[in-house]
Amino acid sequence: MKHLLSIDELTEADLREVLRITPSFAEVAQRRIAKVPALRGQTVALLFYEDSTRTRLSFEIAAKRLSADTLNVSVNTSSVNKGESLRDTAETIEAMGIDAVVVRHRSSGVPWQLTKWLDASVINAGDGWHQHPTQALLDCFTLQQKLGDLAGSHIVMVGDIKHSRVARSDISALTMLGAEVTLVAPPTLLPPATDTWPVRTSHDLDSALADADAVYLLRMQNERQNEALVPDLREYTTLYGLTAERAARLSPTVPILHPGPMNRGVEIAADVPDLDQVVVVDQVRNGVAVRMAVLFLLLGSGAGDVPGVSPEPVAAAEGATP
Amino acid sequence: MSALLIRGGTVIDSTGSRNEDIAVVDDMIVPTGAAPSSATVIDASNCVISTGLVDLHAHLGEPGDEAAETMATGGRAAVLGGFTTVLAMSNTMPPVDTAAVVEHIRSLAKAALCRVEIAGCVTVGAAGTHLAPLGELAEAGVAFVTDCGAGVQNPLLMRRALEYAKPFALTIAQPADCVELSVGAEMHEGEWSSRLGLPGAPAEAEEIMVMRDIALARLTGARLHFQTLSTAGSFAIVSAAQRSGLNVSAEIASHHLALSDADLASYNSCRKVEPPLRTRDDVNAACVSISSGALDCIVSDHTPHTTDRKERPFDHAASGSVGLETALAVALSQDIDITSVLRAMSWRPAELLGLGPPSERTISPGVIADLIIIDPHERFSVSTRTQATAGTNSAFEGVELRGRVRTTIVGGRVVVQNGQVTA
Repeated sequence: MKHLLSIDELTEADLREVLRITPSFAEVAQRRIAKVPALRGQTVALLFYEDSTRTRLSFEIAAKRLSADTLNVSVNTSSVNKGESLRDTAETIEAMGIDAVVVRHRSSGVPWQLTKWLDASVINAGDGWHQHPTQALLDCFTLQQKLGDLAGSHIVMVGDIKHSRVARSDISALTMLGAEVTLVAPPTLLPPATDTWPVRTSHDLDSALADADAVYLLRMQNERQNEALVPDLREYTTLYGLTAERAARLSPTVPILHPGPMNRGVEIAADVPDLDQVVVVDQVRNGVAVRMAVLFLLLGSGAGDVPGVSPEPVAAAEGATP
Repeated sequence: MSALLIRGGTVIDSTGSRNEDIAVVDDMIVPTGAAPSSATVIDASNCVISTGLVDLHAHLGEPGDEAAETMATGGRAAVLGGFTTVLAMSNTMPPVDTAAVVEHIRSLAKAALCRVEIAGCVTVGAAGTHLAPLGELAEAGVAFVTDCGAGVQNPLLMRRALEYAKPFALTIAQPADCVELSVGAEMHEGEWSSRLGLPGAPAEAEEIMVMRDIALARLTGARLHFQTLSTAGSFAIVSAAQRSGLNVSAEIASHHLALSDADLASYNSCRKVEPPLRTRDDVNAACVSISSGALDCIVSDHTPHTTDRKERPFDHAASGSVGLETALAVALSQDIDITSVLRAMSWRPAELLGLGPPSERTISPGVIADLIIIDPHERFSVSTRTQATAGTNSAFEGVELRGRVRTTIVGGRVVVQNGQVTA
């Protein structure tokens, strides 16, 4: 595997391998010196054309825990709007001797286009409405922690599926692992051809929640009101929000996920995020471990060479202060 | 006096197919007995001889976009692709909305190896608010008017244009797209737009405009031509209108005969075109409609761009593909018989452009010698590096096609021989 562009380009075996080795990387975070030398001497560029503090930090911490050097390339959004040449940016990065590029872009497809001009590994950190594969991996890992094997489990995903790269990635990953996925959204916020997807769709949140093993809420953006996709956010919350009443009817064993940042009072009632079954913090924590696993698989010296088995003194020798 | 003798080929024109030698003296086809012994002999064995192709839809760059194409480069591309006449689109800079611009383009077009006809605008500046001086444009020799790009959106203005144009020998041509329904779209709306996370335009955005304008053609009794239709629904609606006796015609871009929305899976921005690549069912319907004659014409929709306009994120990349040098081969590579391809690329567009009915544009003595010789079996791989167009954006880059133009003769002058420009 050279690039991570889309969950759809992974085999089930690839997906399970990432999830299998992720705990070894989670363990690194628990160490006194949370760093292993696996990617020492390698450079990872974080090319973020769209603001995303949490995803960028997560990748940066993941790379640093593997001893890679990181390079933050913040790209002025105004030059993006002018449609600057992607190739120029790619070739500039290539000339600097970068080993991997983590790219976030508001336009679908940019990571694919970059692979045409780059020898470096490309990791998709979110492209347009299209894919966000490491989000799907961390969500699967989090759900497995809570539910065990996901085969046959029923995941209810609620909200703006149409504009969501999280939904597209998670649906592929969850169904690959045997989960059953129900999408709940107003018809205007579903993609036009969900009949070709391996999911069920519903417009009735209460009945979908009745037999849910997990609930995944998506962020609802204010702009959707202006595009006549929903009448207003109040009606959206009434029909599709996880209100306190709906949350109270859920079993406390049903985990509630959200990719963040949450709009309290819109897709999730103000106090619901404080429930114990809301696993947003686990998602963020697992995100670092999953991204370490991905960087290691793409850039590491060899398969099976998981740092969990390498002795801690190597790590300690590197950054320990006496 | 120049003279040519084309030997050993199969002649295909609107009267049928026959094995026949052709003689040309100066700019005219003559009886073979009239060819002097000094005539240059062109061997056409295993090849098809046709009247030159006529393209109702090409963007030739000048004036305003000389970085992407000029009359010289676009004209070379045209004759290499077998087009002896090209209708240059009206959305130049400045747009073709006065006779003065028509005259200016006519002088620029002297640099082209093909004949260049000039399309005018329907509205001033193609802005969709005031009618362009259609009488003045017709007087200047314009036969087609189109607000190429967005088309005429306002139904009242479209009605007025159709009515007002009736006394002139003018065809109102319309790129059918209801822009409010396709706003923000980057591709066809469907399974692939859902998967690729790109905003889509539904087929209905095109079909609603086709239905509206057919209703207006019925109301006004005016002549109407649809540009680059792309959906099976549109083909069926136009076909029904033609059967009901309306004077309506339609063209399809060659790329819509071959590529579908699934071919965007790797976000190849050179395959971003307007209207967008549709589904495989639409592609199949297009081929069937050309074979049956339900669709009138195949056009190149040649839209050259500089490299930087395509090497951008898909949603910021310019739309359009070059097509003059591939349109014929794309059509011949599909499951369409060659006679239907030639009808859709030569006789029928010539008739629509007012160059004369097919009965007067046969390959016979007394007819102007705009001729091409095609090897329908030769295979080649498309590369814009080796093409004559200055545009670098081919939807077929790297694709192998079948059918190559060996010789192009414009007005008795050999401008392409052995697939190379000789003029």
